[in-house]
Amino acid sequence: MARAVTTRRKAINTALAWAIGLLIFFPILWTILTSFKTEGQAIADPPIFLFFDWTLENYAIVQERSDYMRYLVNSIIIALGSTALGIVIAVPAAWSMAFVPSKRTKDILMWMLSTKMLPAVGVLYPIYLLFIKMGLLDSRMGLVVVLMLINLPIIVWMLYTYFKEIPGEILEAARMDGATLKEEIIYILTPMAVPGIASTLLLNVILAWNEAFWTLNLTAAKAAPLTAFIASYSSPEGLFYAKLSAASTMAIAPILILGWFSQKQLVRGLTFGAVK
Amino acid sequence: MKNSIRVLMGACALGALATASSAETITIATVNNGDMIRMQGYTDQFTAKTGIDVEWVTLEENVLRQRVTTDISTKGGAFDIMTIGMYETPIWGANGWLVPLDDLSAEYDVDDILPAMAGGLSHDGTLYAAPFYGESSMIMYRTDLMEKAGLEMPAAPTWEFVREAAAAMTDRDADINGICLRGKAGWGEGGAFITAMSNSFGARWFDMDWNAQFDTDAWANTLNFFVGMMNESGPAGYATNGFNENLSLFQQGKCGMWIDATVAASFVTNPAESTVADSVGFALAPDTGLGKRSNWLWAWALAIPAGTQQEAAAKQFIEWATSKDYIELVAENEGWANVPPGARTSLYENPNYIEVPFAQMTLDSILSADPNNSTVEPSPYVGVQFAAIPEFAGIATEVSQEFSAVYAGQQTVEEALAKAQALTNDAMEAAGYR
Repeated sequence: MARAVTTRRKAINTALAWAIGLLIFFPILWTILTSFKTEGQAIADPPIFLFFDWTLENYAIVQERSDYMRYLVNSIIIALGSTALGIVIAVPAAWSMAFVPSKRTKDILMWMLSTKMLPAVGVLYPIYLLFIKMGLLDSRMGLVVVLMLINLPIIVWMLYTYFKEIPGEILEAARMDGATLKEEIIYILTPMAVPGIASTLLLNVILAWNEAFWTLNLTAAKAAPLTAFIASYSSPEGLFYAKLSAASTMAIAPILILGWFSQKQLVRGLTFGAVK
Repeated sequence: MKNSIRVLMGACALGALATASSAETITIATVNNGDMIRMQGYTDQFTAKTGIDVEWVTLEENVLRQRVTTDISTKGGAFDIMTIGMYETPIWGANGWLVPLDDLSAEYDVDDILPAMAGGLSHDGTLYAAPFYGESSMIMYRTDLMEKAGLEMPAAPTWEFVREAAAAMTDRDADINGICLRGKAGWGEGGAFITAMSNSFGARWFDMDWNAQFDTDAWANTLNFFVGMMNESGPAGYATNGFNENLSLFQQGKCGMWIDATVAASFVTNPAESTVADSVGFALAPDTGLGKRSNWLWAWALAIPAGTQQEAAAKQFIEWATSKDYIELVAENEGWANVPPGARTSLYENPNYIEVPFAQMTLDSILSADPNNSTVEPSPYVGVQFAAIPEFAGIATEVSQEFSAVYAGQQTVEEALAKAQALTNDAMEAAGYR
């Protein structure tokens, strides 16, 4: 009897998980389907779900009109660059907060997080002027720095949380064996926190990939990533839904594939330390 | 060996020179619409003719506006040419942010630009942006439904007729709405429509001392008429409908009439996109007999930000893109219906173009809008569906949000007008106008 209840509950949970998963995925699925419709089919009322004349015309138009590869390369460099730079800065910061906390550590962590609550547009002009003075406007280097700074609080918080789960005694033992600070972080701490660091890396790549405010406002023709590529297909005066969907699908495809292949690491990292 | 090195160095120097001479590149920020995208396709011809390379930054209208405003106000220099509208041009020209276009070549024939367009893109008589295409607004209606309703659309109808016709054409069972109009919040969406409509009801945004005028009968009449007509004959949820939503409804045969941008005419008469392409008629935007119609005036134009290092090349591009030759080029390759409309007088004197079904009505609509004299009573601002002052975009967005709340049934006309009056006066006082 108990077994039957468990099975039923399992079935319900599975069905519920699938339903929620589909609900979350549905907008992406709809975007992908719309990218294969004509503009007329894209706005049809009632909406057409699957039974339409599939066409690759929108992809051909997008490919002809835009240099997709240039946007893609910019996105890859900006997302990976800002994440790598962020990790290099955040690992020592999180280490010191986790293992050598001061009485202000909690305040500093909260202050760092509070910077995420500032509306970005509030600092647009100061940052824009800084970029002009430093010659960073429309440069990938400028965006790497800005996105690193934006995501740094999240990286530090995540790493801090993971590091807190590692017993300080292990690091103490390494120190007693003569390990330097650098060796302690590289050879002892980092390998133990790999799942956490991996999920932090992945999450930050996704955040940097999707960032649209700064990438649109600080770029022109040279450093524009895929967010600018998508923005070039949106219009309040003219129907571009099918082409916009094709551009969106092309923009999210790399990150979807990355997410698909690394989902195990992502889940493992995000649940790291959840169950002791 | 020495000779070989010399030859090699000479070749390198020549190569560098050649690279330098062909390396002139201009960056253009532009808006994503059919005409602009078409122009991008012909850029190679400009490069072949002049040796100047062109890089495009194409953005959605509102993103573009924010992007270029940030750049020009900080002298960022990210763009050599910006696509801007009639709202920005006089303001930016007055600020000294744009290069005056007062030395265009004789071949360009600047006097051929339609006077209404030239007037709206100038400040103190100096042209600051060259119109790529211009638009007004007009009525697009279903000839078959009008006939079925036993009515005939006059060339210049009144609002009363439009309301009556909308009611007669409405067939809720067949999902046909007599009239589709913009109700979406935003100064360029529903805000633009209701402002242009209010002109025909004798309303204005400000009196000559910059006092808000939402407490007048003219505004109450405008809003009450709009809401009454849309509730009788408009589509459900019209409070969130903008250009694209109404275009979609009209193309699917769900609107009897649609009053919107003249550029929509080419979309609704295109059989590849529209199910009602063969039964669309056109008429001037309605009035109430007070001497002003309810059509707006807009142009997307090319301007050069002051301080650009590529001023000469940018002017060359603007002369090419807004020339009579460019219009001929598009007509030759894609037909007269696809040329950028509303910018040049000569286009409407061309017998080939005037055969396009909506050409004459577009011209008549543009000519009936005067940005320097848009209201029945005198007003201190330039602009038909906007007031060309920097504060307007922010104020009008808030006001249109209040109006959209009325359309959605969340507040009354009186409440919305009272809020609009208070917020507009507050903003104008803070900005130092009052």
